[in-house]
Amino acid sequence: MRSAPLREATPVRLALIALALLLLGLFLLAPLVVVFGEAFKAGIDAYFAALGDEDTLSSIRLTLAVAVCTVPINLLVGVAAAWCVAKFDFPGKTLLTTLIDLPFSVSPVIAGLVYVLMFGLQGWLGPYLHAHHIKVIFALPGILLATLFVTFPFVARELIPLMEEQGTEEEEAAVVLGAGGWQIFRHVTLPNVKWGLLYGVLLCNARAMGEFGAVSVVSGHIRGRTTTMPLQVEILYDEYNFVAAFAVASVLALLALVTLAVKSFFEWRYARELAADGRA
Amino acid sequence: MAAAKSRVIPGFAPTLGVTLFAVSLIVLVPIIALFVRAAGLSPAQFAAEAFSPRVWAAYRLSFGGALAAACFNAVAGLVVAWVLVRYDFPLRRLLDALVDLPFALPTAVAGVALTALYAPTGPLGGLLLSVGIKIAFTPAGVVVAMIFIGLPFVVRTVQPVLQDLAVEHEEAAASLGANRLQVFRLVILPAILPALVTGFALAFSRGLGEYGSVIFIAGNMPGLTEIAPLMIVTKLEQYDYAGAAAIATVMLLTAFVLLLVINGAQKWRQLRFGRA
Repeated sequence: MRSAPLREATPVRLALIALALLLLGLFLLAPLVVVFGEAFKAGIDAYFAALGDEDTLSSIRLTLAVAVCTVPINLLVGVAAAWCVAKFDFPGKTLLTTLIDLPFSVSPVIAGLVYVLMFGLQGWLGPYLHAHHIKVIFALPGILLATLFVTFPFVARELIPLMEEQGTEEEEAAVVLGAGGWQIFRHVTLPNVKWGLLYGVLLCNARAMGEFGAVSVVSGHIRGRTTTMPLQVEILYDEYNFVAAFAVASVLALLALVTLAVKSFFEWRYARELAADGRA
Repeated sequence: MAAAKSRVIPGFAPTLGVTLFAVSLIVLVPIIALFVRAAGLSPAQFAAEAFSPRVWAAYRLSFGGALAAACFNAVAGLVVAWVLVRYDFPLRRLLDALVDLPFALPTAVAGVALTALYAPTGPLGGLLLSVGIKIAFTPAGVVVAMIFIGLPFVVRTVQPVLQDLAVEHEEAAASLGANRLQVFRLVILPAILPALVTGFALAFSRGLGEYGSVIFIAGNMPGLTEIAPLMIVTKLEQYDYAGAAAIATVMLLTAFVLLLVINGAQKWRQLRFGRA
């Protein structure tokens, strides 16, 4: 407990708490409540009927497929990037880190656009791809590329600070004891960064399933074929089919809530481990 | 000098190789392709595409909206971070977790939810309309969406700094006779200012490029409530690749400048406190 001169007067304190609650309630909680409210407006039967629609089911399948394809790639590349950036010094390292982070500062629409410029009909490789009947834009490969772009930094971003903080002594000791590269990573590095890694994968997955702008540009919105769940929300919403739009949106909102719950769990686990380390 | 920090640890060459390959393929080459496409235009063509009156209005809304939202978020985020760090009250942990919602919620979901909330027929929109305020389908709606997606950036950059602030400085100031407001203004604020600036810049940069959560509530009336990313989509729908590339180039260069500002603010923080 802080002593009186280091605390705000009770009215000020209560006013600040009330203001914070108002801000969070108005800007964060209210939209979340609205999603579920609108989804169940016409009753629970209408909700499940909307989710059972053939096009909606295929959008759910496509979204899962996109996550299954992109998350492992980003996991692998993210771990590799974190390893070389955090454990070694080399010229151009700052530039490389900036490039890894770049997709965070680029508008998602631009992330989609760059692939249209490369693989679209008027793009660099467009005529070649067209002649060989390979479809990238308005097809699954384009959606995968755009998703890879926007989710690229998540894993590396989480791992690099953790692995830098950890230093290299433990790995060096492992080398001296005769461990190989993979053994070192699995038995020395990974146990120290596993919660950070899981959190990075979790965020990467949430974004891969929820990406809208980048995927919207490359997908072509072909119903039942190149429509992911967020795009399905848009299509249904534009048709004024609000119950169905919010039903699909509620599934995505549920995914976000699970992501946040697991994240809080990780932080709690992680804090306990840190506390345990402190006591040892 | 290609010396490694520790050449003892294996795996430098393969991991660097994988990273360079992936960065080039996924990020670098596509962005270069964008610049090359835009460079194919003559300066006059570029200006006609990237600075036509309709596009110009879209930049103004995106910049103005992102700036207004980031200013709001700098204050609101500071209040939220302060309350979460310094006070204890019921449901504090739950609210702390809720702050990350805009990071996890798909932008399209946020977009339709905010629209339903603030449309004239919605619960908040109806209430505000009765006092003569329209939010959805006006520039104010764009700002509301940008506030939603930008808020966690400020909270999450300020929160750790506020947490680590040594209580001794405040004690010293108080023992010298400073009142609470003076302590905040002269001791606490200078210490958290670099983090606040970083959070502000992150929120601004996110608002500038934001698409999904904004386009539903904006209403997208040409020249009035169109945002810059939407202009790229519109050009692409007309198969005007060069025009889309020109607008994207302007936005990318702005993003790079912002990135420099953010890095600068982080360096400032490190200089000031000796660590990140």
